[in-house]
Amino acid sequence: MSLGLRLERLPSPLWLRAAIPFIAIAITFLLVSVLVILAGANPLAVAYELLIDPLTKNSARADILVMATPILLTGSAVALAFAGGYYNIGAEGQLLAGAAAAALIGQYVGDLSAWVAIPLMIVGGFIAGALWALIPALLKVRLQVDEVVTTLLMNSVMGYIISALLNGPWRDPVSGWPQSPTIALSAQFPRIIERTRVHLGFLIAAVVVIALWWILTRTRFGLELRAVGKNRDGAQFLGIRVGRTMLTTALISGGIAGLAGVSEVGGIHYYLIGSLSPGFGYTGIIVATLGALTAPGVLLAALFLALVSRGSLTASRELDVPVYLGDVIQAVLLLVMLAVLLLNRYRIRRA
Amino acid sequence: MNLVEMRGITKRFGALAANDNVDFVVRPGEIHALLGENGAGKSTLMKILYGLYQPDEGSIVIDGSDEPLRSPADAIARGIGFVSQHFSLVPTFTVAENVLLGYEGRFRLDPAEMNARVAQLAAANGFSIDPAAIVGKLSVGQQQRVEILKALYRDCRVLILDEPTAVLTPRDTQALFEILRKLREQDLAVIIITHKLDEAIENTQRVTVLRLGKVVGSQDTSSTTSAELARLMVGRQTVPVQREAATGSTQRVVLDVNGLSVADKRGVQALRSVTFQVHAGEVVGIAGVAGNGQSELVSILTGMLQPQSGGVSVDGKPVILGDPRACTQHKIGRIPEDRLRGVIGDLSVADNLMMEQLDQFTRVGHLQPAAIAEHAQRLIEDFQIKASPGDPVRTLSGGNIQKVILARTLSQDPAVVIAAQPTRGVDIGATEYVHQKLTEQKARGAAILLVSEDLDEILLLSDRILVIYNGQLVGEFASDAVDLDRLSMLMTGAEKTG
Repeated sequence: MSLGLRLERLPSPLWLRAAIPFIAIAITFLLVSVLVILAGANPLAVAYELLIDPLTKNSARADILVMATPILLTGSAVALAFAGGYYNIGAEGQLLAGAAAAALIGQYVGDLSAWVAIPLMIVGGFIAGALWALIPALLKVRLQVDEVVTTLLMNSVMGYIISALLNGPWRDPVSGWPQSPTIALSAQFPRIIERTRVHLGFLIAAVVVIALWWILTRTRFGLELRAVGKNRDGAQFLGIRVGRTMLTTALISGGIAGLAGVSEVGGIHYYLIGSLSPGFGYTGIIVATLGALTAPGVLLAALFLALVSRGSLTASRELDVPVYLGDVIQAVLLLVMLAVLLLNRYRIRRA
Repeated sequence: MNLVEMRGITKRFGALAANDNVDFVVRPGEIHALLGENGAGKSTLMKILYGLYQPDEGSIVIDGSDEPLRSPADAIARGIGFVSQHFSLVPTFTVAENVLLGYEGRFRLDPAEMNARVAQLAAANGFSIDPAAIVGKLSVGQQQRVEILKALYRDCRVLILDEPTAVLTPRDTQALFEILRKLREQDLAVIIITHKLDEAIENTQRVTVLRLGKVVGSQDTSSTTSAELARLMVGRQTVPVQREAATGSTQRVVLDVNGLSVADKRGVQALRSVTFQVHAGEVVGIAGVAGNGQSELVSILTGMLQPQSGGVSVDGKPVILGDPRACTQHKIGRIPEDRLRGVIGDLSVADNLMMEQLDQFTRVGHLQPAAIAEHAQRLIEDFQIKASPGDPVRTLSGGNIQKVILARTLSQDPAVVIAAQPTRGVDIGATEYVHQKLTEQKARGAAILLVSEDLDEILLLSDRILVIYNGQLVGEFASDAVDLDRLSMLMTGAEKTG
């Protein structure tokens, strides 16, 4: 105020809104460059290793798809919930619930063909994720308990349940390791690209992203969900059953997050371990936010984050920078993105 | 000696002068009523006295000193206390903690000493209140007393209360005025902002009446009558009569409202057994000062609020209350009081135009984009909405948002139209358009209930006028027999029964 400047709320032009992610990425790399220089490396060389090099190699390109698979799913789960005004921070716990269901079902389907075994795991994992999302959703709809708190805390609860399972009934009888018995061969996801680790889970994630786009833009439920997300009172006035819509949103979101767990158990590990997810559920929040809660945005954001993660592996090997650089970039990018999104709504004017 | 002298106060917001050359004087030892309709400028004037607004012109002298009031902190230091309608109390703190909050300078607090000091202050002013009680557990009336104690603790000499009885039960109202009388005996000045004439007449020594930002009267309460004050407040001399006669009005009752009662969140009775009918082809206007139950009545009739008792039927069929979809089923067209709650601002004009008829525009759960676009295009043309179907509604002007709501509602050929504040905050062109559309609906045979704080609008459009005061219908006028003096008195509670 004293500078004779003030912020004014204005809608921004379309071209600027489209440019936001790129502006955010540019700012992020400027900020991260400081860290890179402190680590004694050349920022341009690091940028090359992170963003360009992985795209030049077949094996690295395949790795990107593998790494994108779980966060495409958790990103879709979070985007759907957030679009409906339900702030599901519990994708991590829902993912673990889905993984546990997959590990359980996978142990007992050895006599069935893959055509039956895999769909059973998928359906079971979806239901498990949805059930784990049900408790906070009911608390929210019936008693107006803040879902941010409950879904977040439920993640820890599920972490301990998994830990109890792995140290109790599912402890490996031979090695004594806290890991569940390996799932039956027929339950293990087939590879969909030869000589790579890209598995059926990526196909599932692709279908889910398309389904997310279709639900949000083409269905009555999606319209009602968005109406509830944008203006709860208005939605109620227009005759939308707000509570029911929110509950359905939460359950589908939890189910999708559960599929991420199924995909990691069925396609990567073939058993359940405590370290199954290095925070895929939380990364899903970043993916959904960067993707502006839209399906195409989720697709691009998940692939971009997978690219950076893959690139940081090579960068640490080649340039001797810490491998955690990838995580730092993700976190900084989210903060910058949120800041740019906020500032984009304003113009600086002379008072 | 005057305690407060405000001279020539002018405050403009854009083109609107909320206060226009206002003189306002308060003496010690008086309870002074500041009267006026909504938007008359009462709150603006008091916010200036409390340092929240700076006047564009004029001077303020408090106790002989004319230093400017730059902030509420300045005003508090000069002995001004303000009790707003919305209390600023911390519900989990005790009475004493709330009273001392923000005023005690020392680091360490001694609860026993705090309680003792607050208890002493309360006793000196004739309050009975437990200083250790948790504020959140007190009644609204007791919370108000805590607010008054807060002001007294800061040595206030002029206590301003904004609509103090709006939230109170009759018993609490009595208790409040007893306290205010005690303060007056100690030579404090009390200003109450109100539109309830009976309270002003019974409890104050002087009154000042504002209308449209100007002072229209200031005198001793004993030398005036409620009839005179009502006339000053409402201040209209003529009835506009260019209205069309009630064409096609029949004796067929369409909207039948029977014995609606409801209490608001604080437990104060907002509606008391409201009963009326609206016939086909008739416009019934509800006249009243804001906050006398109109919002609750509209909320019930638009399916957003469940009454404690009473019923509503349309064409003889009872309507399930508390469910917005029942309204659509019974062809009750709804123009909500707050238009931003009647649309989803982030969704497109096209989506908003069909949201009450989702069944028609979906097939097995799928939206039908072609039909939705066509419907939107047709309504945009029919209702002259200045927008494209794909524009988010929030980017439209107030008048155009209102047209979106009108288009959605009226295109469904409603049997009943509930129009709440249909022209609030829209320009003259849009106002005329809304009036024209309501008149068309009347000609078509719809039963129209018009709820408006704009008395001119009620007089212009209504075939019959019902007056609401304190949650009750207190009077009825046919449009050709409106007695404005009596209408004013009924609206302001100066005359109790219709």
